[in-house]
Amino acid sequence: MSDILIDDTPQPLAVKGRSLWEDARRRLMRNPAAVTSLYVVAILVLIAVFGPVLWIHKYDTIFRDSVSIAPTWTDWHILGTDTEGRDMVARLILGLGISMLVGLAATIVALTIGVLWGAVAGFIGGWVDDAMMRFVDVLYAIPFVFFVIVLMTVVQFDDPVLNLVLIFCAIGAVEWLTMARIVRGQTLSLRQKEFVEAARAAGAKPLQIVLRHVVPNVVGPVVVFATLNIPVIILAESFLSFIGLGVQEPLTSLGSLLSAGKDQMTTAPWMLIAPAATMLITLLALNFLGDGLRDALDPKER
Amino acid sequence: MLAQAVRRLALAIPTLFAIIAAAFVLMHLAPGGPFTSERQVPHEIERRLEAEYGLNLPVEQQLLRYIFGTKERGGGLIRGDLGPSMTYKDKNVGDIIAEGAPTSAILGLSAMALALAIGTFLGVIAALRQNKSQDYLIMALAIAGVCLPPLVVGPIMQLFLGVQWQLLPTAGLHRDEYGLRYLILPIFTLSLPIIAVVSRLMRASMIEALRSNAIRTARAKGLPERQVIWRHALPIAMLPIVSYAGPALAGVMAGSFVIETVFALPGIGKQFVLAAQQRDYTLVMGVVLIYSFLIILLNLAADLTYRALDPRSRTA
Repeated sequence: MSDILIDDTPQPLAVKGRSLWEDARRRLMRNPAAVTSLYVVAILVLIAVFGPVLWIHKYDTIFRDSVSIAPTWTDWHILGTDTEGRDMVARLILGLGISMLVGLAATIVALTIGVLWGAVAGFIGGWVDDAMMRFVDVLYAIPFVFFVIVLMTVVQFDDPVLNLVLIFCAIGAVEWLTMARIVRGQTLSLRQKEFVEAARAAGAKPLQIVLRHVVPNVVGPVVVFATLNIPVIILAESFLSFIGLGVQEPLTSLGSLLSAGKDQMTTAPWMLIAPAATMLITLLALNFLGDGLRDALDPKER
Repeated sequence: MLAQAVRRLALAIPTLFAIIAAAFVLMHLAPGGPFTSERQVPHEIERRLEAEYGLNLPVEQQLLRYIFGTKERGGGLIRGDLGPSMTYKDKNVGDIIAEGAPTSAILGLSAMALALAIGTFLGVIAALRQNKSQDYLIMALAIAGVCLPPLVVGPIMQLFLGVQWQLLPTAGLHRDEYGLRYLILPIFTLSLPIIAVVSRLMRASMIEALRSNAIRTARAKGLPERQVIWRHALPIAMLPIVSYAGPALAGVMAGSFVIETVFALPGIGKQFVLAAQQRDYTLVMGVVLIYSFLIILLNLAADLTYRALDPRSRTA
């Protein structure tokens, strides 16, 4: 019998409900500043990833005959060389890459610790929440510099790459505090929102509630924080370079380049201008992108 | 409100001790000590010195000694003694901080005041001209303000305003009638990133405040637009700024290493970083203590101001 039952009900017209993400993407694409920034960031990432392979000079090759020369077409030193006689373009590409890497890795460290800490505190609540957040308060009241200096000196490696990883962890270990506060606050307030209650009343399972109602509301602030945090970390790394705890030679970062460049400001201004411009472009793009994401992901804007 | 303030201050004391303990233990985790440097002190002398400062004791005993002092010599934090410095001979941490703190505090306070004035004004203008050219211009400037670190902005301003155009002195500090001129560049450099943050916060919260029912009511009853904005919308919109400014003020008042180094100013920010690198335990603890105290105090002040400004809490 069942095989003669032909399904003649018309297929529901493809009125596809737009998902939250689709919505957010559309809003982001309508924001010219954010779209431009997205392209700029993409280009910068490509330069940082493929630049070292494509550019003819290496970041640590020393040209003894051309130390501190101004930008020139000779030998393709189009941004000049530094006081050691190394090609500025190659160093700039490396510095850009390392700064972005530090920003990204430290943000991931901060996100992981912060989201876990904040979500656990917010979900469990009660005295556990109190104790966990009191701990955050105590760490908050200790100066950033102090933290980083201690963390950076407790462990020290001879290997420059391991030291780089150490910088990620040291900065991330400081930055997670804000993240934990944000996530905890969000979790706490979301637990009591009417739409969560409504979903529960409508029979949604806890997992469904978390995925469809809680996560979209937490992801917004988290993504925005992450994007806006990368510039903060890049600046923090430049501060570390300034006090001599940053990336070690012959590796370099935008911060180290700036720090070295400002000493040659009057004699070799190209050593300051190029890194400063790169830093400005990178951070401007990241900031505009973060702002765009914040507007796009804000559930109130729907 | 007063009762709550008193309770918060009482609660702050255990927090402060927890902070001291955390910082103390953290600092002793770092290898080396104030006397294990390149200075080539003979081994016996190094040990005598360590015994003198109690550095040969276990960390928890050193902490107790730091807080409660010793029987023979007294001292200790509870008697208001921050202890002797371990790198500056014959100097107490209290004296070193008393020398540097006024400079850092004046710098921090002026930079914050300047940033609040300029930032609030720019933020309000941007909000009123939302998505117009003035808005974009102000926000682009504000973002640019956080994109270059003070360690670059400072030297650039020194070069142009100080050396090339001879408008302002570039570095140092003079306590005479021209003294103020020496502070203009450092204050401005220090306030730039704060201006950026304040104006962005202000723009966002002003836009939200202008959409609120309270403002619709104010407009509906026919108040002039200027009064609506500056008397009614501004206090509501200031709330996020207040929460931000408390801890931020503590941060700038505890001194800025970059500013104090670039402009050769005698503040505690520079002392602090040098002390941390040389393991001058007592000096580091002294500055950490000041910073934590400021954070707690200014957070409390921010909360109280918040309540005073927030119309919703007025009846309570």
